[in-house]
Amino acid sequence: MHMAPMTIAPTSTSTSAPLAIDAQGLVKDFDGFRAVDHISLKVKAGSIFGVLGPNGAGKTTTLRMLLGIIAPDEGRCLLLGADRPLSVAKLVGYLPEERGLYPSMSAIEAIAFMGALRGLPLAEGRRRARDLLEGHGLAYAMNRPVRQMSKGMAQTVQLLGTIVHRPRLIVLDEPFSGLDALNQQKLEGLIRAQAQDGVTIIFSTHVIAHAERLCEEIAIIAGGKVPFAGRVDEARNRLAPQVRLETRAADGPWRAALPPGALQQGHHWQFELAEAGVEPLLKALIEGDAGIVSLSIERPGLHDAFVAIAGEAAAADLDRAQEEDRA
Amino acid sequence: MTEGMNEIVRGALVIARRDFNALIRSRAFIFFLITPVIMLGIALAAGNVGSHMAKPDLARTIAVAMPDGDVARLIAAQRRLKAIVPDFPMLETGRAESASGDLLLAGSLRSPVLHADAQDAQALGDEVRLLVDTARQSEDAVAAPLAIRLKPARPHPAAPVDRSATAQLGQMCLFLATMLLAGMVLSNLVEEKANKIIEILTASIPMEAIFLGKLFAMLGMALIAIAVWTALGGAIALLAGSALPAVPAPAVGWPLFVALGFVYFSSAYLLLGSLYLGIGAMAATVRDVQTLSMPVSMGQVGIFLFANYATARPGTLIEGVACLFPFSSPFALMARAAQFPALWPHLVLLLWQALCTWLIIRAGTAMFRRNVMKSRGMGRRAGGRRGRVQPS
Repeated sequence: MHMAPMTIAPTSTSTSAPLAIDAQGLVKDFDGFRAVDHISLKVKAGSIFGVLGPNGAGKTTTLRMLLGIIAPDEGRCLLLGADRPLSVAKLVGYLPEERGLYPSMSAIEAIAFMGALRGLPLAEGRRRARDLLEGHGLAYAMNRPVRQMSKGMAQTVQLLGTIVHRPRLIVLDEPFSGLDALNQQKLEGLIRAQAQDGVTIIFSTHVIAHAERLCEEIAIIAGGKVPFAGRVDEARNRLAPQVRLETRAADGPWRAALPPGALQQGHHWQFELAEAGVEPLLKALIEGDAGIVSLSIERPGLHDAFVAIAGEAAAADLDRAQEEDRA
Repeated sequence: MTEGMNEIVRGALVIARRDFNALIRSRAFIFFLITPVIMLGIALAAGNVGSHMAKPDLARTIAVAMPDGDVARLIAAQRRLKAIVPDFPMLETGRAESASGDLLLAGSLRSPVLHADAQDAQALGDEVRLLVDTARQSEDAVAAPLAIRLKPARPHPAAPVDRSATAQLGQMCLFLATMLLAGMVLSNLVEEKANKIIEILTASIPMEAIFLGKLFAMLGMALIAIAVWTALGGAIALLAGSALPAVPAPAVGWPLFVALGFVYFSSAYLLLGSLYLGIGAMAATVRDVQTLSMPVSMGQVGIFLFANYATARPGTLIEGVACLFPFSSPFALMARAAQFPALWPHLVLLLWQALCTWLIIRAGTAMFRRNVMKSRGMGRRAGGRRGRVQPS
């Protein structure tokens, strides 16, 4: 269901919990093009945070700035309380959008190498790599060179390399991209398991369903800006529930209980209704003898909220990206 | 600051270990090791053939100073022997010395005396003995055996001009080694960019650590190669013995000169390598690297020629500039080690070269960050499927 865009001021999430990421006013220009325009993000420690937006919205640039891979032109960022991301690199795991492994390395060596980059001794890295590969059903491919692996297998190896040093913060850029449904499900499980261990996870995606299933909080990025950052239900609550009603009677005193903008088509009605209005509506329909044939009250999904917050164009881009992904 | 340096060193070690293992475990490394040996073998063989074709063998000429009758019999004997052994030495009569000045057969056939230095006596003694025996076939049996009088070996004066030959030899070896090996650094980051590993590396360790690690891995590989080639060269020199031209001993002595050779190779390699790594890091594809390798090689030749020019003018301003200019400094100082015994300039200028290497690495990483570490398409050619500056 697509709706007309609404202008909603950016909000910030609750800051009562300690923050794993605290970014303020990040700006990045590339050759005169403003890719990121004063983005602020607060990610609570131990939460799963989704960065949602179509391709080209500025998600990757934002994540790269958070990790110190590229320096922002303006703004500041604290990662796990440190203003130099590299100083806490040992506590961070990062899966970039463009996956990469050395083709000649074996799975076990690739994972241990990624751990070594984050300060994990090689021997310990190999031991953990063995455990992780066994735990993810890839024991048979331990010594297989990356160049001989399928794309999904290589992607899993890289993901295991991202968590081998047991980071406190995991940043995943489009982690579901390129995975089949089964592997997407496995990845969701892995993300949940990490979060249960108290690890903070921030991931970018253009697939709303993943964010809706996994995240407590999200930031919607469109055109380099964040029009919304907050809880998923808070985003959904920006829109009133949609009521679809079919009555036997076409008219009666109960009609006064329907909102003024309600659309009528014969005996069918469609209108928005605040949560608090449901009970009074039911009472009026029953007492007014409207003869209810059917009544559905639909809470808006995150997609609807996205459309309302980011606009039709951004939503269309998002849908296109999802279609490309599926293809 | 110290923590930052520790982080750089730790990261550099991780990268260096990975790269070094990948380099020396590849099959290409074996080919890399043996290619110069094969080329040297071909060059030596060609040189050997050329030298035989080009000049008469002066060392195989024996001057004869004997009575005329004995000389005539010697000449007749030499002809007989030459018919059997075409390579048999020539005789020079009427002179008290051979053309090469090394061998003189004097006395008489009854009591012949060969004047030669130890080397020539060993090399031609048997042939002279055969010549004398053949010449006096009809002589009585009481003739004395060939006596050999050893002349003192001719001294090789270590004049400055000869040491400059040593200087140039050192410089040439250094140049050839860097020419062969430093250019390889150009393509060193292409793999990471092609495989998109660069983003993981830059998110994990300082960029300087990536550059340093790659440089030291390549340096380690290069030093292994040079050690192998030096060992082979040494073995060839031992086998060839006096056949190789004598080179005057360097002013600092051979052991220190060789040690300084390794040090200056390392320094030249790190200096040029850090520059090449910085330049190569800008290249998005192997084709770009190939395009860059030509001007880079020209630059190396230019630096060598400059250092060579300066070496021929010791103590002048131009030599001072060559010693100070970071890229020519190792070459100029290598030559200096051959010509002058003082060691302190080497210590001071090695520190200077190390500082310059670090500054070049810093500049290279800054350029890399500014020009390559952008958003999507990091490391890819602009205008590709995903543009370099297109954000996501």
